[in-house]
Amino acid sequence: MHDKTVAELSRDLAEGHVSSVQLTEHFLDRIQEHDGHLNCFITLDGDQALNRAREADERRKQGNATPWTGVPFAHKDIFCTEGVLTTCGSKMLANFSPPYNATVAQRFLDAGAICLGKTNMDEFAMGSSTESSYFGATTNPWGSNRVPGGSSGGSAASVAARLVPAATGTDTGGSIRQPAAMCGITGLKPTYGRVSRYGMIAFASSLDQGGTMARTAEDNAMMLNVMAGFDPRDSTSINREVPDYTASLNEPLAGLKIGLPREYFTEQLSPAMDRVVREAIREYEALGATVKDISLPHADLAIAAYYVIAPAEASANLSRFDGVRYGYRCENPEDLLDMYTRTRAEGFGREVKRRILVGTYALSAGYFDAYYLKAQKVRRLIQQDFIEAFKDVDVIMSPTTPSPAFVQGEKTDDPVTMYLEDIFTISTNLAGLPALSLPAGLVDNLPVGLQIIGDYFAEARLLNAAHQFQQATDWHRLAPK
Amino acid sequence: MAISRLEIEKVALLARIRVDETQVTALEKDLGNILGLVDQLQAADTSQTEPMAHPLDAVQRLRPDTITEISQRDAFQAIAPSTEDGLYLVPRVIE
Repeated sequence: MHDKTVAELSRDLAEGHVSSVQLTEHFLDRIQEHDGHLNCFITLDGDQALNRAREADERRKQGNATPWTGVPFAHKDIFCTEGVLTTCGSKMLANFSPPYNATVAQRFLDAGAICLGKTNMDEFAMGSSTESSYFGATTNPWGSNRVPGGSSGGSAASVAARLVPAATGTDTGGSIRQPAAMCGITGLKPTYGRVSRYGMIAFASSLDQGGTMARTAEDNAMMLNVMAGFDPRDSTSINREVPDYTASLNEPLAGLKIGLPREYFTEQLSPAMDRVVREAIREYEALGATVKDISLPHADLAIAAYYVIAPAEASANLSRFDGVRYGYRCENPEDLLDMYTRTRAEGFGREVKRRILVGTYALSAGYFDAYYLKAQKVRRLIQQDFIEAFKDVDVIMSPTTPSPAFVQGEKTDDPVTMYLEDIFTISTNLAGLPALSLPAGLVDNLPVGLQIIGDYFAEARLLNAAHQFQQATDWHRLAPK
Repeated sequence: MAISRLEIEKVALLARIRVDETQVTALEKDLGNILGLVDQLQAADTSQTEPMAHPLDAVQRLRPDTITEISQRDAFQAIAPSTEDGLYLVPRVIE
C-alpha cells in the first residue's frame, strides 16, 4: 500500500478498494516502525488524523470527495497548523501551538487530505542538510550516515522512505529541490507568488516559496492543484488563473527546446554526476526535445547575492522572536534588554544566529549600499540572464546538486562549504522562477537529481516534462532498502 | 573581508543577541568567511542596473479601508509567556 502514489491511492479510495481510516492507520504504523532512526517527524498527529480519516470516509459516502479526500500526507513544520505544534525546527518555537492555519494548511484541510504530522527541517529553514534542527538530524533512508539534504529534509526523507506519499516543503534557495534530489524524489518550487506564504513562517520573504514533494511528477501536480492560487492575506500573492496541472501531463515533448547553461557544467561537477545528467538529457532528446548550449553569465554571483539578501531579510523577519508574545522566553530576566538578548541567544541555534548577525551587519548604517543594494542590483543581472535565455529555449536543465547526499557532520563546521551546496538552485529563487528536481539516476548507489527550470508560471510545462521522463524511465520508482 | 570584535559586539547588540567572549572569537572567523564570500559582488558592474526587490516588479496591493480582522486576543494571549488582565507582561521598563 505504501508503494502507491497519491494518484493510485486516490483512485483506490474512489473505487472503494480501501478506506481513508485503513490508509491512515497503515502509514501511521509505518512511521512508528521506521521513524525512530530516520527522525523525519517532529510532531505526529495520529489521533486527529484518524478522526479526519473517519470524516473523509463519511464525506466520500456523501459524494463530495475531492481527489485528495482521505489521502494521508505531511506538512513541513514551517506551516502553521491550528492547535498542532509548529516549531520551525527551533527551540524558540518548541512550545508554539498556532492559533490559526496557514493558507496552505487550510487548503489541504478543505480538500479533505489527512495530515499525519509535521516534518523535521533545518532551524528556520536555514540549512542544506537538516542537521541544524533543534530536534536532531534527519537521516537519509538511502544511507544511514548520509544527510537527506535540507532544509525540507524531513519531508523528502519521509516520502522516500514511504512513510507518507507526499509532503509539503518550502524553498528559499533550494530547500525543496536539493533534498528531493538527495532522497530520490520529485519536488517543485513554484514561481514566486504562486503559492500563498500566509502562515508559512518567514525566512527571506522575497525568496520564500511553498511547494510540493512526492515521488512522481503527477503527484506533484495533484499537490499544486491544491496549493496554488491567489490569497489576499499574502501581500505578494499573484492574482492569476490556476490551471489544472494534471491536465497537460501527457502532452508530447516533441519540439521542446532545452537549454544547458555552460556555467553549470564545469569541472566542479564530478564526471559521474555529469554522466548521469547527460544521460537524462539524452533521454529527453529521444522523447523529441532538442538541446542547445546557453549562457547565464552572472551565475557565479548568485551565492554571494543570496548570502546578503537572505540573511538581511531573515534578520528583519526574525526580530519578531522577542520572548513577549509567543515562543521561548529566558528564565528570570533582569530587565527588558536582558530578556531580549538572552531569549534570542538561548532560543536560536548557531546557524540562525550567524545569519541574523550577517544580515544585521549588511543592513547597518554605512554598509547598506555596499551590501544590500549591491546584491539587489546583481539580483537583477541574474534575472536578466534568465530572461535572455528563455527567448531561445523552453526549459533549462542542469544537475540539482554538485554531488549526491554527503556524510553527516561533513559540512557542519564550515558554513561557507555548506552554502556552496545550493550553487545550482539559488539563482532561480533570486529570479523568482519555477524549478523542479526529479530522480535521474544513481552515483555510488545514491540518488541524483535533474533540475528543470522554467519561465515564470511554467509549472505545468515543468510537470509535463518531468512526467514524460517518468513514463520513459524508472528512476523515480527506485526505493531505498 | 575581516570583521573586528568591536563590530561583532555592536552588531550583536543591534540584533539583540547576547554573545560571550568565546562566541565572538568563533564569529570573527565565520562572519569573516561569509563576508569574504559575498565580497565577490563588488566585482560586478552594476552602474546601469536598477536594484530588484520583487521578481515580477509587483507593487503592494491596495484594499478598501474596512475592518477585516476580528479580535482574537484571548487565543493569542493563551500562548504568550506571561500575561495579566489582557496585557503582555515584560520586565519593568520605567522605574
